[in-house]
Amino acid sequence: MLAWTIYLSFAGALVEALLPKGKAGLARWFALFVAVLALFHAIGGFFAGMGLGRQIIVDIPWVPSMGIHYLLAADGISRVLVLLTGLAAVAGILFSWNVEHRTNEFFAFYLALIGGVYGVFLSFDLFLLFVFYEIAIVPKYFLIAIWGSTRREYGAMKLALYSFVGSAMVLIGLLAAYSTAGSHSTSLIDLAAYAHSGVLPVSFQMWCFPLVFVGFAILAGMWPFHTWAPTGHVAAPTAASMLLAGVVMKLGAYGCLRVGIGLFPHGLDPWGVFYLGIGSWRDVFAILAVIGIVYGALVALAQTDFKFVIGYSSVSHMGFVLLGLMTLNQIGVTGAVLQMFSHGIIAGLLFAIVGRIVYDRTHTRQLAELETMHLGKRLPFAAWAFVVAGMASMGLPGFSGFVAELQVLVGAWIARPWWTIAAGVGIVIGVAYTWRALQKAFFSDRLPTAHALEQEHDPAHSLGAITWPEVTGVVMLVSVSLFVGLYPRILLDTIEPAVKALLAGGGQ
Amino acid sequence: MNYTDLFRATLPETALEVAALLVLVVDLGFLRKAALKTRVAFASLLGVAGCAAAAWAVTIAGPYSQGNDLLLAAGGAAGVAQVGILVLTAFTLLLLIGSGFTRNAGEYVAVVLMAAAGGLLISAAQDLLVIFVGLELLSLGLYILTAFAKSSGKSAEAAMKYYLFGGMSAAFLLFGFSYLYGLSGSTSLPRVVYGTYVASAHGATPLLYLALVMIAAGLGFKVAAVPFHLWAPDTYEGAPAPAAAFIASVSKVASFALLISISSVALHFFSELHFHYDRAYVTLTVSSGPVHVTPGIPNAWQTVLVVLSAGSMLLGNLAALAQVSVRRLLAYSAIAHAGYILLGLAFFSWTNASANAVLYYILTYGLTTIGAFGVVSVVERASGSDKLDSFLGLHKRNPLLAAVLLVLFLSLAGIPPLVGFWAKFNLFAAVLSVSAGPVPFALVALAIAMSAVSLYYYLQVLKRAYVMPAVDESPIKAHPITLIVLLAIASAVVVFGCFPAALQGWIASFYPAM
Repeated sequence: MLAWTIYLSFAGALVEALLPKGKAGLARWFALFVAVLALFHAIGGFFAGMGLGRQIIVDIPWVPSMGIHYLLAADGISRVLVLLTGLAAVAGILFSWNVEHRTNEFFAFYLALIGGVYGVFLSFDLFLLFVFYEIAIVPKYFLIAIWGSTRREYGAMKLALYSFVGSAMVLIGLLAAYSTAGSHSTSLIDLAAYAHSGVLPVSFQMWCFPLVFVGFAILAGMWPFHTWAPTGHVAAPTAASMLLAGVVMKLGAYGCLRVGIGLFPHGLDPWGVFYLGIGSWRDVFAILAVIGIVYGALVALAQTDFKFVIGYSSVSHMGFVLLGLMTLNQIGVTGAVLQMFSHGIIAGLLFAIVGRIVYDRTHTRQLAELETMHLGKRLPFAAWAFVVAGMASMGLPGFSGFVAELQVLVGAWIARPWWTIAAGVGIVIGVAYTWRALQKAFFSDRLPTAHALEQEHDPAHSLGAITWPEVTGVVMLVSVSLFVGLYPRILLDTIEPAVKALLAGGGQ
Repeated sequence: MNYTDLFRATLPETALEVAALLVLVVDLGFLRKAALKTRVAFASLLGVAGCAAAAWAVTIAGPYSQGNDLLLAAGGAAGVAQVGILVLTAFTLLLLIGSGFTRNAGEYVAVVLMAAAGGLLISAAQDLLVIFVGLELLSLGLYILTAFAKSSGKSAEAAMKYYLFGGMSAAFLLFGFSYLYGLSGSTSLPRVVYGTYVASAHGATPLLYLALVMIAAGLGFKVAAVPFHLWAPDTYEGAPAPAAAFIASVSKVASFALLISISSVALHFFSELHFHYDRAYVTLTVSSGPVHVTPGIPNAWQTVLVVLSAGSMLLGNLAALAQVSVRRLLAYSAIAHAGYILLGLAFFSWTNASANAVLYYILTYGLTTIGAFGVVSVVERASGSDKLDSFLGLHKRNPLLAAVLLVLFLSLAGIPPLVGFWAKFNLFAAVLSVSAGPVPFALVALAIAMSAVSLYYYLQVLKRAYVMPAVDESPIKAHPITLIVLLAIASAVVVFGCFPAALQGWIASFYPAM
């Protein structure tokens, strides 16, 4: 059932590419239809898999001479992330309802990207996973370069090259692991077994792990390799920035977990030397994650462009995911996976409000200009949606972000208490930048210029009414975040056994 | 000398030569008064038929030896390369139909077929003299093809440069061969290898290094490896598009097939001595007493290949970044790809794995590059230049052509699920499985890092085709046959990429069952 999410998306992309040009409505409705159908499959697969461990969906030899299998499977982590992808895909289409330029091509690239993302989350063969991972690069580039805004060609090229360099590092590591393990199999299940049984020597894991981990973490926005994220997010059209922050960054984090930690469990072992509090790759990456949390939040606090605030907040929130992974304990890693889901929903919502609801009406993202527009009165829906999204993003109880970040912090406390303290600082700054952006963009009292006042009451310059796709999208994302926040067990029951199995060595 | 065997061994070459003569007779005889279009169509189709006949002949051709020395091999890597050469030649001939750069279709096709015959010869050759004759037959054809756009000054200039460099490199090659002959007393490859092992076992003789460097210069020129690459950008830029496609694909396949047979012979030599892995060396008895020989590719040859490979990967990829002409960009990318392939040849395996990986790479690369030149030639005819900016707005001017370009360039960059990714993966996996150690690993890491660089320049072209606004939005028309060929190539790139095992199985089918 879950595998159909991949096939539907790619088939949809192909059909979109062949649709007649100029029929924007048809392209939109068809894309929505495909995404909703895929979402149903994702939901169906999620509930059908509840309480089950890892299920093999399909396993056929692909390149028999090299031991490569077309192996799709799902465990709890995959199911949750597939569900996230389905939700983000539908929301992204709702918020790109106003794309008029080369509409069918837009949705063709969009669905191809979604198909690649579904594929990564469901692949249990190293090379199949890598193939899907790279498939996602090209549509990202074109989505940003063709339909983007601020410095789009620069942002698109930067993102494409960062992703490709990251995947090159991953490929080097994977080739090394494959040939060290004897070139028999590329199945993640087999390779994880080799890693635990010692076929992959510990010393090999120690040097190969950082290569693969950093390769994936580039896409997860790990400091100091995060610089593609803000520029890419800002340059991207709304739907693409929703997907970038919502699911593409999760691809990186998922790769760090599934391939990095799953395949090189000894890569995080202590080196034996201890210097300045750093004694293993685990310490190194945890410190980078903590720096990312605090740095992202501080930089977000200083931005003048509304979208950059959200862009840097993504870096900060993804820092929690990486920190959670580095705790290596049940609660921390579970929190990291839940944070991937939660941030996927909330970041999507924030980008939708900033990029679609506000920017497409005011044509500015400068906080200084938005201050004079009294959007709180003129776009009350946007203002209150942002209030709710902001609360979710700050990690207020009742929203999914709270449960996730709490678990990460508890896990970090068990590992090294000071990680929690430093990350806690990041949360406080997170409240500050959300508050600041909210106040400046929507609830500022600053008097507008006389000219702007004139425009405000001029019907020619009135802001367009909120449309139904926007309302649907906002309601959908808010209610998912709220529901998961109030009843986190619905995801946790699925995530926990999978994390346990993965940490124990990839078995059931 | 057994003439029946000789005839059977050279049946594919004979088929091509007969087809070449037939094309000349038909074109200059029967069709003398016919319209140019008819003549071009007839000449190319006859040429394609000749290729088909030769491909059939490859399947029944046998090996040919004189005394105990094998002169021409059959089947195995040679067979794969020969069929590959014929298929690629057929594609370049079909591209001629829509290109219209010449009035002398008959001569053009005849020269192409003769050059292809030279390619077939060197793919199978196991003797230094046969290798040299085959190479010259191929090269002379290529010089003529480069100059074939008689009204274009660029074409003549490119041919002149190509010819001067080529003549010099042939001289180097022959010089190197003569040293090898002096060291080993034979022109047969296995005996030459034996001779060089013995010579190097007594301590590296400077003569052997000299010979190998000379040969590297000669063969490095053919595959456009740094530092013998200087001809490539000029030739790719100046030659008429179908000829450039031929040079970039068929000539490359043939030259790499030759390198494969050299590397294979070096290893085959040890398997004939019943060498086992657990022994560090073999003892050979020569006139001066017993000598120890370490198995594997001779170290000197490996060093030479590694240097060529690293240089080509670095320079090819970095220089391509600065190009504004798409043809020159393709030339530098060809240099980079030659670097990757040379890596596979430097770390060559006992089994057929390496030979297969290299063959897989060159065949798919040749196919992709023919397609790329096909697209360039159509765009060039419409806009009068091959500059990056003439690709502006291609997706509006001809969406199908733009889609083909997208597929082919992404495949060249190595993006899955296109065939270029599998070719790279296959090759690098073969390198790492042959020799574990820091040097091959570092080189593979360099190759992968450099292919990340390559994405930038391929995207420069695609960006113009898809992203940047068009200056001129008038539609570009491509000849239907060109379009069919390009679509066939693009779909092959996608299909072989999704089902990589199909092509691997086909290549493996040429080897006798184990």
